[in-house]
Amino acid sequence: MKPKHQRLVLLGLALAAMAGAGALAVSVLGDNATYFYAPSDVFAHAPQPGQAIRLGGLVQSGSVQRLPDGLTLAFRVTDNARDVPVTYTGIVPDLFREGQGVITEGHFDAGGTFVATSVLAKHDEKYMPPEIAGKLHKVQGKVSS
Amino acid sequence: MSVELGHAALWLAAAFALLQALVPWLRAPADDPNRWTALGVPAALAQALLSVLAFGTLMHAFAVSDFTVKLVAVNSHTMKPMMYKLAGLWGNHEGSMLLWILVMALSGACVALVESPLGAQFRAKVLSVQGIIALGFYAFLLAASNPFERLSPAPTEGNGLNPLLQDPGLAFHPPMLYAGYVGLSVAFAFAVAALMERKVGPAWAAAVRPWVLAAWGALTCGITLGSWWAYYELGWGGFWFWDPVENASLMPWLAATALLHSVAVLAKRDALRNWTVLLAVIGFSLSMIGTFVVRSGLLTSVHAFAVDPARGAFLLVLLALYIGGALLLYALRASTVAVGEGFSPVSREGALVVNNLLLAAGLGVVFVGSSYPLIIDVIGADKISIGPPYFNATFAPLMVPLVALMAVGPYLGWGAARTDRLAAKLALPALAAAGLALTAFAFWNVRAAFALIGFGLAGWLAVATLGILWGRAPWRTPRATWGMAFAHMGVAITLFGITTAGALTKESLINLRIGQATEVAGYQIQLIDVRPVAGANWTALEGELVVRKGGAELTRLLPQARLYTSPMMDTTEAAIHTRLTGDLYAVLGKPDGSGRWQLHLWWKPFVWWIWAGGLVMAFGGLLAMSGRARARATASEPASGMTLVPAE
Repeated sequence: MKPKHQRLVLLGLALAAMAGAGALAVSVLGDNATYFYAPSDVFAHAPQPGQAIRLGGLVQSGSVQRLPDGLTLAFRVTDNARDVPVTYTGIVPDLFREGQGVITEGHFDAGGTFVATSVLAKHDEKYMPPEIAGKLHKVQGKVSS
Repeated sequence: MSVELGHAALWLAAAFALLQALVPWLRAPADDPNRWTALGVPAALAQALLSVLAFGTLMHAFAVSDFTVKLVAVNSHTMKPMMYKLAGLWGNHEGSMLLWILVMALSGACVALVESPLGAQFRAKVLSVQGIIALGFYAFLLAASNPFERLSPAPTEGNGLNPLLQDPGLAFHPPMLYAGYVGLSVAFAFAVAALMERKVGPAWAAAVRPWVLAAWGALTCGITLGSWWAYYELGWGGFWFWDPVENASLMPWLAATALLHSVAVLAKRDALRNWTVLLAVIGFSLSMIGTFVVRSGLLTSVHAFAVDPARGAFLLVLLALYIGGALLLYALRASTVAVGEGFSPVSREGALVVNNLLLAAGLGVVFVGSSYPLIIDVIGADKISIGPPYFNATFAPLMVPLVALMAVGPYLGWGAARTDRLAAKLALPALAAAGLALTAFAFWNVRAAFALIGFGLAGWLAVATLGILWGRAPWRTPRATWGMAFAHMGVAITLFGITTAGALTKESLINLRIGQATEVAGYQIQLIDVRPVAGANWTALEGELVVRKGGAELTRLLPQARLYTSPMMDTTEAAIHTRLTGDLYAVLGKPDGSGRWQLHLWWKPFVWWIWAGGLVMAFGGLLAMSGRARARATASEPASGMTLVPAE
């Protein structure tokens, strides 16, 4: 094979590899893009029970309870309009407290409780996850208008 | 030392960068063709000295806690240990950009000091491209984020540094990473200069190779340190989170890995000319994008410093200019690069082409996964996040054939490879692969197919890599071969660590009263005390856990829940006991109100091998860099005799 032809073959291979990787990426993206929900979104268009999502908002003041096993926390996440019950078994991050922003990952069970598999640790007291800031702002806008 | 001196030095350094950028383009008098280009070298050296001075004055301000300097007041504190006072310099936006400039100027000085085999004119062009890149960052630093700004009135005490960053692993993580990022700028400058001078060829590849290896080694080290830090500091024992910022460092690494292999093909076989140049351009472009994404505040994470949109826009324009300009030059010149040599598909270079395709595909899926949420957000469609499931499902399958091939490639010769004895040579690695996978299945009860593949591949690669060295006299083995063997062995070690930690980790989340005990993976762990302790700028609750195995006391774990005072912040200090076969990892949680303490305990087998493998890889890069690779003189000459194949 002449080098020039070989170059075309290589180019074809490279394009095929890229297309294959792209197709793989897109097919997996469809299943694994985790959508972000604020509590109001949950009521607007409820995710399927068992579907992996992120739920974010503020930990409602006065809602945090420790269940008798001593390891599971039950609390409510609110966006100041609606709120959702959440349970989480594990050690919560250092900055977890009432009134603070949290992002939880998990799924809704059949009873409508969000079972969190992780509560995201945010590293800064002043930090508000942008997803939450955006959603809270929207809801507050709705309330005031 | 006054920071104004540093500020002035930075302006002067920028002026020398401008000089360095201009000189090769000035018309020289006919009788003295090197009149102007000869100025590039002293300009680069002067620029480096001045940046060291600028950096030094700021470092001095941090060392003596000079709170009249705004950056020090915002990011330091008199109570901090000296090491973290100094590391505080780059634990923030302005300081880290100054570090970037410093590393850039130092790498320019290295280029200036090394005699280039491609001639003084070419070196001047490389320095010129580096000067142009540096100018953009000088402009950014001086105009948009001056690190030398004074504060009046000066506060009596500083704000302190984020306690999570107050850590030895993290003190060295940014400089290492930057050395890698900026090191790739040398390859970028070489590529742009080669396109302008039409010098793409084996000699160019041999000249750029040590720079690529140096940058790759530093990047490997930097990523390893970052991953190690995340493991012990963030308190949940993970080592890689597919966080966008981690991906921002992984992408240049993948590009650099592909580049260092394609450079070898170009140097030996004069093939893959355009591709190699493109990789060199892409590698540094991804480094700049990584830095931009981290610094711009586009992505929020522990790494994000700047949330000022003006700065983000400045960096965005800078990136568009450099990356767009280089790609445009590539588009214009690529067709004029003569077609290199062809080669047979079953050969060392054939294997390296597949290596490059797989690395590029891996880079592609990471890029898609990292940028997709940003794009979705920018067009306002939705807020989504792409997490580990996506990356595990796309990236990992691409790495399987890559690692499988890594073991075979070194056994293939350059040119048309003999394959008649390949099966015999690969029998032992295949046996090792099957043995390790079966051991995992039968004795460690691993049932996940992917984990079994991981064990198999680790055994396959490790034994095949040892086989390369088998029967060779160590002192007569070229250092490039040693480097390759170490780097590949490092991959096998890391892969083994990742697979084992992923498949065999045992954990226990439990509530214990003082005096109660539990068991994790055969270790009896008893909580004997929880008490207050205090450090220089923190107080903590410290749990004391006695670890026993078979009745004998092994060690005591002291996990802490710390409260830092400046700034006020809670952190979790995990207690880790490292053994040859793995880590015991303990985190102290909150009291449950009835006298019990939450404890999260893990046994993570072979987890430290992940980072050990990273260091072994970087060491391999260093070894290969110190050896000399001979390039083919011309395209028509037969391949040089220095093949890396064991002699038949």
